[in-house]
Amino acid sequence: MRMLTEQNIEDMALGAAVLGTGGGGDPYIGKLMALQALREFGPVRMLDVDEINDEEMVVPAAMMGAPTVMIEKIPSGKELLSAFKDLASYIGRPITAVMSIEAGGLNSMMPISVAASMNLPLVDCDGMGRAFPEIQMVTHTIFGVSATPMTIADEKGNSALINTINNRWTETFSRSIAIDMGGSALIALYAATGKQLKELAVRGTMTFAEEIGKTVRAARRQESNPVDAVRRVTNGFLLFKGKIVDIQRRTVGGFARGEAHLDGIEQYAGSKLEIDFQNEHLVAIRDGRYVATVPDLIAILDVDTGEPITTEAIRYGFRVAVIGMPCDARWRLPKGLELAAPRYFGYDVDYVPIEDLVAQSN
Amino acid sequence: MRIGIDVGGTNTDAVLMDGRTVVGAVKTPTTPDVTEGVVTALQKLIAATQLKTTEIQAVMLGTTHFTNAVVERRHLAPTAVIRIALPATSALPPMVDWPEDLRSSLGNNYYLVHGGYEVDGRLIAAFDPAEVRHVARQIGDAGIKSVAISCVFSPINAEQEEQAAAIVREEIPGVRITISSAIGKLSLLERENAATINACLGDLADKTVLAFEKALQQMSISAPFFLSQNDGTLMNADFVREYPVLTFASGPTNSMRGAAFLSGLKDALVIDVGGTTSDIGMLQSGFPRVASQAVNIGGVRTNFRMPDVYSFGLGGGSIVVENPLQVGPQSVGYELTKKGLVFGGDVLTTTDVIVAAGTQGIGDASRVASLSRNIVGRVLDRIEEMINVSVERMKTSADPVPVIAVGGGSILIVRPISGAAAVEMPEHFACANAIGAAIAQVGGEVDRIFMLDKMSREEALDEAKQEATNKAVESGAEASSVEIVDVEEVPLSYLPGNATRIMVKAVGNLAMS
Repeated sequence: MRMLTEQNIEDMALGAAVLGTGGGGDPYIGKLMALQALREFGPVRMLDVDEINDEEMVVPAAMMGAPTVMIEKIPSGKELLSAFKDLASYIGRPITAVMSIEAGGLNSMMPISVAASMNLPLVDCDGMGRAFPEIQMVTHTIFGVSATPMTIADEKGNSALINTINNRWTETFSRSIAIDMGGSALIALYAATGKQLKELAVRGTMTFAEEIGKTVRAARRQESNPVDAVRRVTNGFLLFKGKIVDIQRRTVGGFARGEAHLDGIEQYAGSKLEIDFQNEHLVAIRDGRYVATVPDLIAILDVDTGEPITTEAIRYGFRVAVIGMPCDARWRLPKGLELAAPRYFGYDVDYVPIEDLVAQSN
Repeated sequence: MRIGIDVGGTNTDAVLMDGRTVVGAVKTPTTPDVTEGVVTALQKLIAATQLKTTEIQAVMLGTTHFTNAVVERRHLAPTAVIRIALPATSALPPMVDWPEDLRSSLGNNYYLVHGGYEVDGRLIAAFDPAEVRHVARQIGDAGIKSVAISCVFSPINAEQEEQAAAIVREEIPGVRITISSAIGKLSLLERENAATINACLGDLADKTVLAFEKALQQMSISAPFFLSQNDGTLMNADFVREYPVLTFASGPTNSMRGAAFLSGLKDALVIDVGGTTSDIGMLQSGFPRVASQAVNIGGVRTNFRMPDVYSFGLGGGSIVVENPLQVGPQSVGYELTKKGLVFGGDVLTTTDVIVAAGTQGIGDASRVASLSRNIVGRVLDRIEEMINVSVERMKTSADPVPVIAVGGGSILIVRPISGAAAVEMPEHFACANAIGAAIAQVGGEVDRIFMLDKMSREEALDEAKQEATNKAVESGAEASSVEIVDVEEVPLSYLPGNATRIMVKAVGNLAMS
């Protein structure tokens, strides 16, 4: 157990933006909300997964929708708590801890606000080790935990309770509701017992995000190369350095979809890279060849400062480095690939682990 | 003939340019009342060049005045922010991420009212004119005359911001309003921040423009004058009054472009050492490298396109403390020529140490003859270290880069810089800022809605880029130098026909034949 300080949260937010693989929503807004909650309600305790008893109930609180909406329509703050409380009263069992459904992006921070205002501990884990665009893409699904009962709420005071036959249906229903709610909504779902959590959780991800943030900060302070520092701390690979020459972004079907095109610089001069995204980066294609695909992580960083850049913040002319990072091992199991392989997203290519793709291209 | 003027925190520089030739360059201290310094600079310039004021075609001004006002929290007007958004966004009210002292220097006045748009153009809540009127009366009663208005998704639809502005104008005579859609892109907090900063600078903008006008009048200069903005292009006086925030960071842009012009280098690192601070930036293909993350100004996050500049507290006026050794960040600023030892003052500055080292003959060297070799050596070591560390930080590759040193304080660079291929100090290096202002660029902008069911996205983008390029050339840009510097698309899904708002900015060098 440890208490989270404002500096811990700053570092976590920076690291979470790397794990957000371009999506997950800009943690900046989540960070501000978390810091506000900390100042108002006091510090938040963070527990290891092992500190949770088997019969305890742990629930993630999150924002769903398009990051392009979240940077404009900031939450009222009440909707997240109402989603969380509604779920607790429906389950009829006390919820004893909060967790992050995805350590990448904004949702690394949302549970901190809930934990502070409800005086609950936060668990140092998540259900992805990154960010993914769809509700069913969590280790909870791999280990047979149902997404429902799920609650979803908006800033207007609307809320809904969803029960579905499987987690794919949860995605379908909740996405329709989120679109009606304006393209973003606050949710509570995937109630799991401590026993289940010990099996399914991607452990230590909040600390890992913090570690990445600290590393970037230290690299900047020591005038060393922050991009390289991110690559090292994530066991990642440098895939490309280039200039953004085109960025296409649309908010459709409740997602921010599009592609970024880069022209190579430095050792990549003459090469081109395309990165496709659905909230998160899905694939990186260099000169017609896949160099990284989901479920591995693809991050775009400022070439000099190592600052992660989310898809909604990418602009024409930016000079960036692209890093590929291996995903949590469970995503590479058949059940994980069923949920998040490139084919699921419509790419006619089998998943090849990033380290193998890199070895092949060398 | 064009005159370029740079009003910095320490010095006011003026240059006279005939086409691509620098005819004359002068440097004078900045005065608390800006007018005086500008007049003195112009007088010196005219005396030095025998210029007839009727030969002047244009005067281009660069100034850090507005940036400094925010950084130093001075001359900021009490400002109210109205955000049209309820019931959304109340978790993070306006100015939430501002430093406390800046928020309170604006009076910490903000109001959230009902309204705003969803991404698809639906209403979050109905806009309520009576509610806005009520708020406007409160603002008026408090005697506040500067108002920023923001609204969720206003870049998609500015109607509610405009409606609110009309009501506020009815209720508060003489009010100054900045609506966020006029000044920023998607991302509510950053756009609202920029609008709020702009609103609080309104009074200062009026005074400053007036001071410049007065200075030119006093010198009987009737040529039009322009101010440079952060992307290196020019804006006229009326535009500055309306959008002073757009001058932010024009200083580093000017010095980098001035350095590129003077040295002829296109890819290099520029170090601009002023009186109080040094700025380091990268030139890439002749343009300043643009920051790819939200830029903080005086602690406020905005999403302007600005050159990526690293500033640190070293300048010609930096105060040297001997024991324990400290160089900057405190500076005597524009009082260097009064307070520096070699100028007869009693404060040990970096300039004094350089004179003592014997590399520069400025002022009265006998006044620093008693400085020990040890302290001189240690200060030079410290300066070298500060420069090396900062250069290393901004370099984009491990290879040695050419370095261009500009600014009056660059006399501090007496040792080789690690990681630099060569350090070039071009002629007129001390006035690179003013030269950058004089050769400011010309921009062409397109911001309109394209129907993508009638044409492909590529066709629409090409058309917008061509139009922006044409506009830049029509405004006087050299066709071969025009580059597209910004492309922004906002899909307007509430309109039929796959409507998309496309914004393109093209920028080129002023044709100077």
